This record gives sequence, structure tokens and C-alpha cells, in this order.
Amino acid sequence: MPTVDEIKQRIEAAIPESQADVEDWTGGGDHFRAVVVSPAFAGMTRIQQHQMVYAVFGAEIGGPIHALSLKTQEN
Amino acid sequence: MSDNPLRDAIDEAIKENDVILFMKGTPEAPACGFSARTVAALEALKAPFAAVDILPDPRIRQELSGLSGWPTIPQLFVHGELVGGADIVAELYETGELADVLGIDEAPQDAPSEAPTGVAPGAPMDIENRLN
Repeated sequence: MPTVDEIKQRIEAAIPESQADVEDWTGGGDHFRAVVVSPAFAGMTRIQQHQMVYAVFGAEIGGPIHALSLKTQEN
Repeated sequence: MSDNPLRDAIDEAIKENDVILFMKGTPEAPACGFSARTVAALEALKAPFAAVDILPDPRIRQELSGLSGWPTIPQLFVHGELVGGADIVAELYETGELADVLGIDEAPQDAPSEAPTGVAPGAPMDIENRLN
């Protein structure tokens, strides 16, 4: 089961100069919420920004990570 | 046509419906909070939409995510394009952009809707039929 810290580190490692604030939404360890800020999002649609974050986890989304609620911002 | 009838049926439903929501449960009885939120945003704008419940067959979700490149449910498509899941739809609703995306005027609460309701109720049926 991924932890909040692990999810944060994986996002920040995968997306250039990003900062991720991750919380366990339900306390159950499988519904997470993340706010991700990165200059890499510039010029991308929201869909593309979210897809970039989802791509970090691949098939884990819908599996061990039941839900990852996202808010993305460029900076 | 590919050799994957279910994927073809999903693809066709996305193309044939101006607004189509793939969700868990039905608009009347959503089976997940994220789906419920998305339905609520569409209904607040009185947007007509077709809905497909992905729960009856796990293959629907698998094929849908294969097509869209989007891992989670719900998924909202407008004019054949993926708009997003629950987070993006909520964000668009809050900023007032959702009405634009849907191509509707934000009608007053009590104004009669000129848009036809229940667009293409056949879409979900088509998918279900092909599963039999």
C-alpha cells in the first residue's frame, strides 16, 4: 500500500521541479488527494496535466490506489 | 471496426452522443461519490447527457480506459473528446467554464430547458446488448 510520503516523492521525482502536497483523503490509505504545482504544466490542458501525474502510477490507479484526486497548477 | 466489439461499442457511443458520462451507477443512483459529484454538476446546468454505468461488466472500464488513456471513473466526453474526471468537471463547474464546454447557456434555475432531454438513451443499451 503506497503511503502519502511515497506518493509525494514519486510525483516530485517524475515531474520536473514539481511540488506535491498529498493527503490521505479518507484515512483508509487508498483514497488520496494531491495538489501538484510544476512549471512543466505550462501550455498543457488540464487533461494533459492530470494524465502526466496519473502516468507516474500507471495501473496502480484503480488498483492499490483506489482514487487519486488531483488539482494541478503551473508556476 | 476492430476485432474488439466492446471497444467499438464504447467508441461509437462516445461519437454518437454530444455529452456522455461513464460512471459508477446511474444518474438517479450513483454508486460512488465522484460519479455523484459529476452528475450533480451536469444537472445543475440542466445539461442533457447520456450515461453509461460501467459497473455491470469490468471489461467496460478496462476498454474505456484503454481508449481514453484515463485511469479513473467517472469520465465525461463532449463531442467525442475527453473533458475529464470528477476533479476537472468540478473545477470547470466552479469557474463557470463547464457551461461553455457543454455549449449551453447558463439558464436560470426555473427556466424551461429548450434542450432535448435524455439524449440517445439507446447508447447504454447498445453496450449492454453487445455484452449478452
